[in-house]
Parts: sequence; C-alpha cells; structure tokens
Amino acid sequence: MSTLVVLPILFPLIGVVINAFLGKRLGEKVVGALATLMCSAAFVVALMLFSQVSVSKEHAIHAEFGTWIGVGKLNVPFGFLVDSLSSALMLIITGVGALIHLYSIGYIHGDPRANRYFVYLNLFVASMLVLVMGSNYLLMFVGWELVGLCSYLLIGFWFDKVKNAEAARKAFVVNRIGDVGFILGIMLIFVTFGTLNYHDIFAVVGDHKTAALALAGDPVAPAVLSAITLLLFIGAMGKSAQLPLFVWLPDAMAGPTPASALIHAATMVTAGIYMIVRSNALFHVAADTSNFVALIGALTAFIAGSIALRQFDIKKVLAYSTVSQLGFMIAAAGLGAYTASIFHLMTHAFFKALLFLAAGSVIHGMEHYSHAHHSAQHIDPQDMRNMGGLRGKMPVTFWAFIIGGLSLAGLPPFSGFWSKDEIIVAALHNPLVFALLACTAVFTAFYTGRQLVMVFFGSARSKDASHAEESGMAMKLPLIVLSVLALIGGGLNLPGSMWLEHWLEPVVGVHEGGFNLPIAALFSALALVALAAAWVMYRDGKRDTSLTPQLSSVSSFLNKAWQIDALYRAAIIMPFYALSSFLARVFDLGGIDGAVNGIGTLTKGIAAALRPLQSGFVRSYGLVMIVGVVALMAWLVINTR
Amino acid sequence: MQDLMLILPPLIVFLGATALLLVDLKIADDRKETVAWIAMFLLVGALIAAVMLLYFNRTGDVLYGFSNMILTDRYAALLDIVFALIGIGVFLLTLRYNRVHQIMRGEFFVLTLFSIGGMMLMAHAANLVTIFVALEMFSIPLYVLCGVARPRLDSEESSLKYFLLGAFASGFLVYGIALMYGATGTLDIATMLKQVERGQAPLLLVIGAGLMLVGLGFKVAAVPFHMWTPDVYDGAPTTVTAFMTTATKAAGFAALVRVFLLGPGAFVGSLVSAIAILAALTMIFGNLFALAQRSVKRMLAYSSIAHAGYLLAGIASVANIGQSANAVIFYLATYAATSLAAFGVLSEIGSMNRDEDHGLERYTGLAKRNPALAWVMALALFSLMGMPLTAGFTGKYLLFQSAVSSGLNWLALLGVITSVISAFYYLRVIVHMFMKEDATVAANNEQYYVSKPSLVMMTLASVAVVALGLLPTLLLNMFA
Amino acid sequence: MTSIEPVILLSAVLFTIGAVGVLTRRNALMIFMSVELMLNAANLAFVAFAQQWGNLDGQLFVFFVMAVAAAEVAVGLALIVAIFRTKHSTDVDELSQLRG
Repeated sequence: MSTLVVLPILFPLIGVVINAFLGKRLGEKVVGALATLMCSAAFVVALMLFSQVSVSKEHAIHAEFGTWIGVGKLNVPFGFLVDSLSSALMLIITGVGALIHLYSIGYIHGDPRANRYFVYLNLFVASMLVLVMGSNYLLMFVGWELVGLCSYLLIGFWFDKVKNAEAARKAFVVNRIGDVGFILGIMLIFVTFGTLNYHDIFAVVGDHKTAALALAGDPVAPAVLSAITLLLFIGAMGKSAQLPLFVWLPDAMAGPTPASALIHAATMVTAGIYMIVRSNALFHVAADTSNFVALIGALTAFIAGSIALRQFDIKKVLAYSTVSQLGFMIAAAGLGAYTASIFHLMTHAFFKALLFLAAGSVIHGMEHYSHAHHSAQHIDPQDMRNMGGLRGKMPVTFWAFIIGGLSLAGLPPFSGFWSKDEIIVAALHNPLVFALLACTAVFTAFYTGRQLVMVFFGSARSKDASHAEESGMAMKLPLIVLSVLALIGGGLNLPGSMWLEHWLEPVVGVHEGGFNLPIAALFSALALVALAAAWVMYRDGKRDTSLTPQLSSVSSFLNKAWQIDALYRAAIIMPFYALSSFLARVFDLGGIDGAVNGIGTLTKGIAAALRPLQSGFVRSYGLVMIVGVVALMAWLVINTR
Repeated sequence: MQDLMLILPPLIVFLGATALLLVDLKIADDRKETVAWIAMFLLVGALIAAVMLLYFNRTGDVLYGFSNMILTDRYAALLDIVFALIGIGVFLLTLRYNRVHQIMRGEFFVLTLFSIGGMMLMAHAANLVTIFVALEMFSIPLYVLCGVARPRLDSEESSLKYFLLGAFASGFLVYGIALMYGATGTLDIATMLKQVERGQAPLLLVIGAGLMLVGLGFKVAAVPFHMWTPDVYDGAPTTVTAFMTTATKAAGFAALVRVFLLGPGAFVGSLVSAIAILAALTMIFGNLFALAQRSVKRMLAYSSIAHAGYLLAGIASVANIGQSANAVIFYLATYAATSLAAFGVLSEIGSMNRDEDHGLERYTGLAKRNPALAWVMALALFSLMGMPLTAGFTGKYLLFQSAVSSGLNWLALLGVITSVISAFYYLRVIVHMFMKEDATVAANNEQYYVSKPSLVMMTLASVAVVALGLLPTLLLNMFA
Repeated sequence: MTSIEPVILLSAVLFTIGAVGVLTRRNALMIFMSVELMLNAANLAFVAFAQQWGNLDGQLFVFFVMAVAAAEVAVGLALIVAIFRTKHSTDVDELSQLRG
C-alpha cells in the first residue's frame, strides 16, 4: 500500500527526467504525449488511493519512508499522509492537470521550447502533490517552494519579453515575503510543539481545545497560537494572492494560458487554502486570527471583484476574478466553514480552469488570422475590445465559456452556485464579511456577463475577430470534459446528500453548514439581474468597446487596480531606490568609477569602503591580529567571574 | 599494539608518505602521475582503516592510547574519512592542473600526505601536546605547498605571508598552552575538563584558553585572525587552495571541538560568549568582503571565512554539546564536499586558460562552453548559499538549530541574514555563467575539455552534496 | 623552593617583546627571530610551571616546541631564500601584490 502512495509523485517525475534529458531527441509530439500520459497515470493512482481511503477504517493512509531529518529533538519523517482532504485535492491536481496537459499539446504546438514547457508542467504536478501529501509542515514547505519555483519558471516562460521576465520576478519576490512568514510559522510550531508532524500537533491541540494548552507541562499560551496561525496565514497571503500580497497574480498571466489555468487558477494558488484547512485545528483555537482571516478574505474578494469590472484584457478579468474567488475561499476558512472552502476550491478548479482554457482557445483563435497572413499590423489578441461576435465562429469554446461563466456568476444549477451559496450562508453571522461577499457576488455576475457579451456577442470589431477559427481537438476535448464537470460539480455537496461534508469530516470535524433557500433564491435573482444589466449595457457593442474609452475617475481607479501597484511603487520601491542611490553617492565619493545600477552600486560601495583594510601588508595583518588578541583578553578578564 | 591500531589511518599515511619520498626518487619527471596514484592508493588504505575503526567501535566508546595522548571515537574516525576523501579528491584534480601549471612534482604529493597525516592526528588528539604537534605537522607542509609554484611571485608571496603569520599565531597557541598548564598542572584535556567541571576555572586558565583560541582561530580563519586567508588562498595554486579550504578548516575545527566544545572551554561562560562574538564578526566580515570581490577564487576565500563563522556558532552552542558537535562535524563534511566541487571547477578553468586569473569574466558564458562545469559550480554555489535540498542547507539548519537551543537566537538570526546577503555574490557568478554570452571566447577551442579524473571527482562531490541535502540521515546516523 | 612569579613575569615580557618585534620589523628574518622569541618565552613559562607543579609535562612540552621550531626554521629560511632569489629583497612590505 505504501508503495502506491509514492506513485503519483513518481510518475510526473519520470516524465520530468525523461523529457529533460531526452526531450530534444524525442520531439515535441512525444514529449507532450508522455507528459500527459504520466499525469494521467498519476490520476489513475490517485483514484485508487481515493477508493482505498474511503474503505479504510481511519479514512487515512500513512506511509513513512524512514527518517528524513532526525537530529536532537527534531525528527521529521519522510512521510506521506493520504486522508480524505489530500486525496480529494490529489484528484483535482492530477485530473485537472491531465486535462491541461492534453490541452497544452495543442496550445504550445510549434513553440521551440515546448519540451521545456512540459518538463515544468510535470514538475509542477509532482511538487504540488508533495505539498498536499506530505505528513508534516516541512514537507509541505518543500512542495510549497517547488511549486513557487515552477510558477516562476512558467510565468517567465517567454522570458525574451521584458514584461514577462518582470512579472516572473514580481511573483517570486512577493511570494518570498509570504514564505518568510510561513517558515517563521513552522519554526514557531516546532518550538512550541516540538514536532512538525500534523498528527502529533493536532493531537495536542485537539485534546484541549481550550485557551491554555499543555505540552510536557508547558502551557501553550493563546498568544503563541495566534502568532503561529498569523504567520502561517502570511504564507497563505502570498501563495493564495490575498490582500496585500495579491499584486503578483494578475501579472502572472504573462505565462502560457494553460499554465495560468493550472497554476494560477486551479491548483497552486489554492495551496494557501489547503494549508489553512489542513491546520484547521490550530485556526479553530485561535479565534482572533480566524476573524482576521475572514476579513482579509472578504476584503480581497471585494476589491479584486471590483477591479475585474473594468478590465479589458480577457485574461486579466479572469485573473482578478480568481483573486476574488480565492478571497471567498479564504473568508470561508476564516469563518470556520472549512468544507465550504474546499467545496468552492474544487468547483472553482473546474470552472476557472475551464474559463482559462476557453480564454486560451479564444486567444488562439484570434491569433489565427495574423499568423496566417503575417499581418504587419499587430493588434492585441487578448483585448476584449478587439473581439465580439465570436459565438458563431467558435461554438465549442462559446458553450464552454457560457457554462464556466454562469458557474462563476453563481447561477443554479451550475457548480459555482452551490459552493458560493454555502460560503455566503456561513457568513450570515458576520455582517461585515457578509456584506462584502454579497456585493462581490453581484460584481462577479456583472463582470462575467460583460465579458461574455464583449467576447461572443455583437459583431466582430477587428479583422482578427472576424477571421477567428475554432481550435483543434486536443484543445476542445478538455473544454468539453471540464464543461461537464463545471455543470455537475455541485453534486459533490448537494443539500440533502452533503457527500463532501461527510467525506471531510475526519479532517475538519463537523460544523453546521448547509443550504438556506431564501438566501439561495435571493442570490440567484441578484445574479440574474446583474447578468441582465450587463447584457443591456454591452449588447449594442458601443459601450467600452472603442479603444480609447472615456474612463471616469472611478472606472480608471478600478482599471488601475485601485492604484495598489502605484502605491507600492511610491511607498516601497521608490524609497528603496532612493536609499540605494543615496548610498551609492556616499560610497562613490572616494573616486570609484560610476556605478552600474542597483546591487552593483551597493557592492561597489562596500568594496570601496572595505577593501583598503585588506592592504596586502603582512605587518598590518599582524596588527589586526594583535588588536583582536588584546580585545579578546580584555573581554575575558572583564567577563570571567 | 592496540595503541597503533587506534591511530591506524594517520599511521598508514605517515609511513606511506615516508616510503613515497624514497620511491619518488626513482620516478622520472614526466611520469609523476604515478606518485599521485600511489598517494591516492595510500589514502584509500587509510580510508579503509578509518571505516574499520568506525565499524569495530560501533558503540562509539572513547578509546585512549599512548598513555592518554591520543584517543579514538566516532568523530575521530569520521574526520579521518573526511580527510582521506579530501586528499583523494584533491589528487584527482592535480593530475591535470599540476601538469599544466608545471608543478607536477613528487614532493607535492608527499607534503600533502604529511599534512593529511597531521590533520588525522589532530582528530585523535587527547592531549594539548598532541594538539600542538599535530597542528604544526599539518601546517609546516602547507607553508611549503603554498609556495610550490615558485618562482611565480604570488605563490611565493602567499607562502611567506602564511608562514610568518602562521608562526606568529603558533606563538600565541604555545603560550596559551603554557598558561593552561600553569593553571591546571596537566596537559591532558580530560583531566583539565574534570577540574573545570568541579568549578576550578582560574583566570590564568581562561586567558590561556583565550590564547589557544587565537591560534586555532587563525587556522580556521576566524575574524580578526583571518587576514592571511584571502591573500594566501588567492596566491596559492588552486589545487593547494582546494586542499586548504576544506582540510585545514576541518582540522582546525577538530581541535576547537576537542578543546572548547567537548573540553574545558564549554564550561567557561566568558569564553563561550567570546566565541559567539567571534562567530558573529566572522559571518559579517566574511560575507561583506566577499560581496566586493571580482575574482571568483578570492570570493571563495572570503566565503570560506564566512563559513568559519557559521561553524564557530556551533562551537559557541554549549547547551547540548553532543548535538552541536554533531552539527559541526556534519557541516565540515558538507562544506568539504561542496568546496571540493567548486574548486574542481576552478582548477579546470585554471587548466583551460593556463593561468591563475579567476576574474568573473572567465566564467561568463560557461554554461554554453562547458555545461557540466557550469552545473557543478551552480550546485556548489547553491549549497554554499544554503539553498534547501542541498547539503549546505541541512548543515546550516543543524548549526543554527543548535545555536537556537543554546539561547543564541541572535547569532542564528545573524547567520540567516548573512546567508541571504551571501546569495548576492553567489548568484552573481551563476548569472555570469548562465545568462551572459562571451563573444571573445571561441566555443570549440580544444582546450575547453574537462579532464576525466576531475569530472569523476566533481560528479562524486555533487552527488554527495545532493545526497546529504536530501537524506542527511545517511551521515547523521553514524553519529548516533 | 623559590617563587616562580619573577620567571613568569620575565617570560611575559619576552613574549611581548617578540610580538612587538613582529609588528615593527620589516625584514622577514627579523620577524622570524621575533617569533622564535615568543616561542622561547613560552618555553620559559613551561619550565617554570613544571617546577611549580612538580611534574615533567611542562619540561617535555619544551622539547616538542624546540623540535617544531627547528622544523619551522628550516622551512622558513628556505622560503626566505627562495623569495630573495626572485625579489632580491627580504623586506616583507614589498610583498603586497595580493590584496583587496
């Protein structure tokens, strides 16, 4: 049984090794097929593990492969834990992952670096599985860092464009800020509990569930738990793109669209939610942090949702929508509705992956014309103002987008309706969070409607749009499968059966969730109204569709994403530059050559200041030693006894 | 007889080196590679002897011999293994480098062997006499080795600088031992430890130990006794530098572990705090100076100073002495593997260009010219930086953890911060290798091949770096 | 039994003179002789302490120091000769090519 556990990780890794070393020789077709096959194999094994978990008595499979690090008190096993939570996520990661691999074969076709792309994609799947399958925080951190690396590599995949390289760097730096929080949280956990294994930590917390916990006689102060959970949440803020660290995700759309679908919509960004749900025992006890988490989630949902109202890039809309939906999940986790959070994570994985892939198909179709005609005049194939009327030309994509969009908007019976509704019901006892989420739900329906109308209805607004063509089979098939999933995904936790709720019970415990008919009806009606409003406003193709729209101050503010990037620039980046250039000027007074830039300047400054100390004269070295000896002797004489 | 068995590894090296001195006379100048292979053969013998010491003493007892002058325990046997492996690694590099740089001489190998023997003896030291004799035994051959490339002036300069300052530092060491003897009436470390444990730590003993710290701090390049390091490492032939960064450091720390961590030093608060301060200074200045270097070789010299700082943090962590000693020895092994990999690349570059210029531009575009070298170098630099999944990370983690458990949170934090700073200068080399093109160098120049023995060494070192990063327990289990 | 304190004092003074000599002398040979003075100061201390404790450990150590010092002399003089051949000087301040 335990060998089975490593297989899901092993398969994609085999793909990585083969494709990395033989990729050039095998050719793009074989590489893509192999990568897809490996991911599908992982999916099959994940299914087998899932069924084993469901029949096993304790609803979990533990597999340990010896001690990974064992020094002094620290004993970290190389252990994996497949329980109801991780097995569900494994299905999403490998299943949606396999579909995206398949789609990528068509999408990346013809790119000279295609084999590298598939290597990254497989490596990502393996890393993500390490993240969710590890039985301790250290292994989770390893997976956490690895997916960060893959994300960096994929965002900057077309690194020859400066913009992409900058986006990759931005994602990397912002995520590092979160990682510092995470690693500090892990250290604090170790200091507090003396272990990093989920099982042992949660056993301690679960035993008492009161403010004063005890481990080996030391009471665990509530403040310590608050600090731990807060630090962990900072990690989640980075990875799951929450306020104030969400700025990297919209830029991350610079990567290939299927990678955006997999990493920046369906799986990696949900790592923060997984981490919080996994640590639910800790968050449950730390009420302050949980309230903070809920508030941050709701605020993020609201702000990102409002930004999405005024975006023109088809992927940017989806990106901000992703941030907004992640806010929903984080808010749910903060409210203690862990099942709802995971439920929304799963349905979101279906419909957002679908939307991204459909958007990729649209972009692909838009590029068709300029590729075929080598047209010199290059228009932006991602700008929705250049689209319109694609409904007839790309029927499969259109229907896929409709299903995904309505699911996102929260219309019954699509999957998004059920999961979002559960979160909103859970927020009923927290008026502020409820209000924010309610507004966001309306925003969501509106921007989805706007996007649908601008892309698919009306008449074509550019040559590229009028000559757009449907994508090939490799791209259509995943769209169809995901459409079905987005349609029926709500069945996972339908009121009445509440299957997911029972499934996750061993991990997150029981909580009163559920279905509230008046709320559901109200929000369905609101979504319908918002969709209708979008239809009315954008149907004629005039509003917002000329390339230089007169943006009012409000919509310009929204279009510029609440000016948050500008704020960071003014508050952090500019002062940093100012400081380094100031330092450069100070250090350069000694007549050193003019500095190059950034760190180079600083380096040269330090060089100028310090290097003369290393004069090359033996006797001055001796003098430094003597000074050291005298200081040391003085220290010893003064401090002994 | 049992006494001899206890120091079998250094014994094999010493006797073998003496015999090799005679054999060398009969070997023609153009066939000195034979001497190198014989020397490696001897080291394999010593390696086997050390493994046997480890195997037959599975309980990890401390066995004394030669009237308590020497001892054998796990640390001693493990360090013997480390020294033997370093020696073999360096000799594999010399096959090409020393030939190209015309220092393929028999005495090179004999002197290196004598030095290794002294280092092994240091690992077995149980008495301050042994410490002193072993220290000089490995140092004196090193003075000569630095100048082996004469009449090249920078080699001679590095040699004389090392010699004068080394002798100067020895003066402090000897005087320190004299004062410790004066305070306790014994030269035996265990007896001294017993006295200190009983609370007898007169100022004379503390001062003496402080002076010993100066002498040993010099050997391991601790700030402010480090000034010789960059000049000597820079001027010495690269193969000698490779030997010094790895082996001298390990030998110096072996002595520090015996006298300070496992010996009387750990029981004197003022000494421990002084070591912690030295560690902090060493981390800070090593990394800051490294930041300013344009030559990769000199940068690595400063980096080795910085690593001495991290190791000193382990010596200053006295709350759980066994754990700290494990961490220090583990770090020495990982640092040896990492540093050998890096210096393997440097020696190959030096052979390709037939000079000792290691400016950054020599590394520009290396990934295109010699992908294998570039990847080994990148791995080594990541490990020096302390990237997770490499040996360097595990080593640093263990050291900082023992520092934290000894209440030296500030020192561990400083270690983390300086490690982050170090990323700047390590990454600069990686950027030059991978992201810049060098138009001036023809890619198909026939000199740009990597010699087989060096490649074998670098591969093994890289495997060790990754293996110790992924599965540190492989080695750590041997301590338990 | 006479007090050893004056002897230790003398050895400390000799040690200091040696250390100062290393810092002030420019000739490599003179620096080296100053180092020897430091070693001999230590020897003196050893002998005195051995007298105080009434055991032979200190006396024994002196022999090791003398043997090591002899080896250092051999190596040191050889180095200085080698450098004199290249530079025609034993002034250590002229050896400052490696720096920074």
